[in-house]
Amino acid sequence: MLAFLTQRLLQIIPTLIIVSMLIFGLQQLLPGDPALIMAGEERDPKVLAEIREQYKLDQPIPVQYLYWVKGVLTGNLGESMRLKSSVSSLVAEKLPVTLQLAFMALLIAIGVGIPAGIVSAVKKETLWDYGANLFALWGLSTPNFWLGILMIFLFSVTLGWLPASGYVRLGEDWKASFATTIMPAFVLGNALAAVLMRHTRSAMLQAMGTDYVRTARAKGLHEHRVVLKHALRNAMTPVITLLALDFGTLLSGAVLTEQIFSIPGFGKLIVDSVFNRDYAVVQGVVLVTASIYISLNLLADVAYVLVNPRLRG
Amino acid sequence: MKKLALSLALTAAMAGSAMAQTNLRIGLAEDPDVLDPSLARTYVGRIVFASICDKLFDIDEKLAIVPQLALSHESSPDGKAVTIKLRSNVKFHDGESFDAEAAKYSLDRHLTMKGSFRKPDLGSVDKVEVVDPLTIKLSLKAPFSPLLAQLTDRAGMMVSPKAAEAAGDKFGLKPVCAGPYKFVERVQQDRIVVEKFADYWNKDQVFIDKITYLPIVDGTVRLANLRSGSLDLIERVLATDIKSVRDNPKLKLSKAVSLGYMGLTINLSNGAKANTPLAKDARVRQAFDLAIDRDAINQVVFNGEFVPGNQWVNPQNPYYQEKYPVPKRDVAKAKALLKDAGVTGPIALDFMVPNGPETRAVAEVVQSMVAEVGFDLKIRVTEFATSLKQSEQGDYQVYLIGWSGRSDPDGNSYSFQVCGQPQNTNGYCDKDVDAAHAEARSRSAVADRKKAYEKVAAKVLTEGAIKYIYHTQVLVAHTDRLDGYKQMPDGLVRVTGLKLK
Repeated sequence: MLAFLTQRLLQIIPTLIIVSMLIFGLQQLLPGDPALIMAGEERDPKVLAEIREQYKLDQPIPVQYLYWVKGVLTGNLGESMRLKSSVSSLVAEKLPVTLQLAFMALLIAIGVGIPAGIVSAVKKETLWDYGANLFALWGLSTPNFWLGILMIFLFSVTLGWLPASGYVRLGEDWKASFATTIMPAFVLGNALAAVLMRHTRSAMLQAMGTDYVRTARAKGLHEHRVVLKHALRNAMTPVITLLALDFGTLLSGAVLTEQIFSIPGFGKLIVDSVFNRDYAVVQGVVLVTASIYISLNLLADVAYVLVNPRLRG
Repeated sequence: MKKLALSLALTAAMAGSAMAQTNLRIGLAEDPDVLDPSLARTYVGRIVFASICDKLFDIDEKLAIVPQLALSHESSPDGKAVTIKLRSNVKFHDGESFDAEAAKYSLDRHLTMKGSFRKPDLGSVDKVEVVDPLTIKLSLKAPFSPLLAQLTDRAGMMVSPKAAEAAGDKFGLKPVCAGPYKFVERVQQDRIVVEKFADYWNKDQVFIDKITYLPIVDGTVRLANLRSGSLDLIERVLATDIKSVRDNPKLKLSKAVSLGYMGLTINLSNGAKANTPLAKDARVRQAFDLAIDRDAINQVVFNGEFVPGNQWVNPQNPYYQEKYPVPKRDVAKAKALLKDAGVTGPIALDFMVPNGPETRAVAEVVQSMVAEVGFDLKIRVTEFATSLKQSEQGDYQVYLIGWSGRSDPDGNSYSFQVCGQPQNTNGYCDKDVDAAHAEARSRSAVADRKKAYEKVAAKVLTEGAIKYIYHTQVLVAHTDRLDGYKQMPDGLVRVTGLKLK
């Protein structure tokens, strides 16, 4: 286990170097001049030159990259051109918001998707199965922005139960925080629940047809035990991979949902920064997201080994 | 017993005053940039500044310049010096006094700070001198009548020298000015909170205790928040939502014709793409202009709510040239002009359009109108930031682009129409126009300046690179609990005098 972990940890270093180069390189492909965009309507050549000099935009790209890497290695992710605040402080401010949203969405997705998948597999080709499939189809084909706006109209404008948008920090008022995040978490979790249901269903169907399940039944084990202890445990391996990957996607992919509900998280920050060509923020946020993504993959690998002892080598 | 009654009454009064804490929640269409008057450049940022940073001068509903932190001004006979008397007993939010030294410090900071976007605004100022504790003198390089108008915006905002010195270029993270509200906190992309400043020079006109600015990008969601009571006022209501605001008895709509314009910029001489009959021949440009039905655009895309226009200022502006009214569509005349110019067959043109539902709709209407005359516009929807860069590079033939507008006509025209100016990416250059602009800058009487602009209009409206098509309305919706709201043409939300029932 230790050797496995060390090996996987060592693999992270080259991955991060390549990721950092990709982030920096791809961003340079974006059309548009950051100084010009920052200036907006105030397009004075002298001021533009000062901005380019101040943010080293007048330097060759490899030099800019080295400056950035040097900063990252010393814990400095740079400064936002648009807001003048440090990228680290922006990340520290936004990460908990998106984490909270992602966790809530994940809980909703797990709570709905996995049981629905199990029921659908166990009660194959019954009304339960058709119902669960219909739900999955609905979840997958409903666009986030549309569902979001419909929910706002129903729960905020018509019924007046929940705030239409905005965010309250958990530490500030947990009830208000829950009220502001439940709708976006549901919107985010909805599609993921559908995907989880489909994956759990197919993995469970496969597991239910295996010899060891037949053996377990032949031994006279209770059906609950067969399903939950024998079939589900084996069926969970691909589902865990999916969960780890999707949690990463939730962190960076809540873009539309955060925009609609005005949740000041990572997604909103990255969209605004891309449109404003605020390179330092985009780089910082993507690097942090990539690191989290890589760590989650590592955790998924560890989880496989824990769930499936055969992989322990 | 008396004591008990008294203490009960006191408790009730205290509870009453605690309950009376009023919070005005304003929904913004974007997240403002840095809140430093020298470094800021977004329109939405100016809405927030309106509550925290007072300026030397302000504008009224009719665009007249009125004193704010200044009391009066006087120009020297040669127009090369402006003496400004300052208001006394004004305090900054950190308790420091506002005086001539502080005003000089603020103006010098705008002029010299690295990356200050106010440098071009105050480019005519040679030096700022303190005459006495409440008087400053601005010496100019040349007479420049739009200067006072510049001082009604960010270039006229005064900052506390002590706070600005201490914070350096981080001043915008916690701005300290002399406005009716002082900065409390900002969570990027979430909220900006300001609270009533007890020592404000005009505190009798400040009735609301706290203002929270909340950026909500989506127009539909912004309105939903207003309707559900989560917001009290929203800016930039979509033209298509006007009806639903009017139909709601609990909401009020305030509007004013904006200072800016929307126009079609034609690439005349910037790069290889300028090689078109439209760029080369003024008659072809006139034909293009005559093919457009400005009123129909307004009716079709904006339900008739905006204002058709043909000049860089709107028809209600004192500088509008009545001699050149909005032209009616005339297809026959347009075709005749094209024939005169020797143009045969449709003229294919690359039409760059920044992405947005309203801009796309306008582009499609224009495309079908000019097609009838013989122009084949190929719409190329482009992300806004990319379109800016491409316009600099001359990578367009026609560009649908607007300007947010300034209170002085100079701010809407000089940089776009004078040879080699930063906003003149179309390559238009005419010495007579340049001379007329210089004359308008050197005169101070409205009538004299209007005459100078007439010369500009005579040339620019027929031969120029920009075909002005309409002026948007500043649309603000608010709850009927808000009293005293007046919409200013600059679109900013002035917060003094407002009451929340």
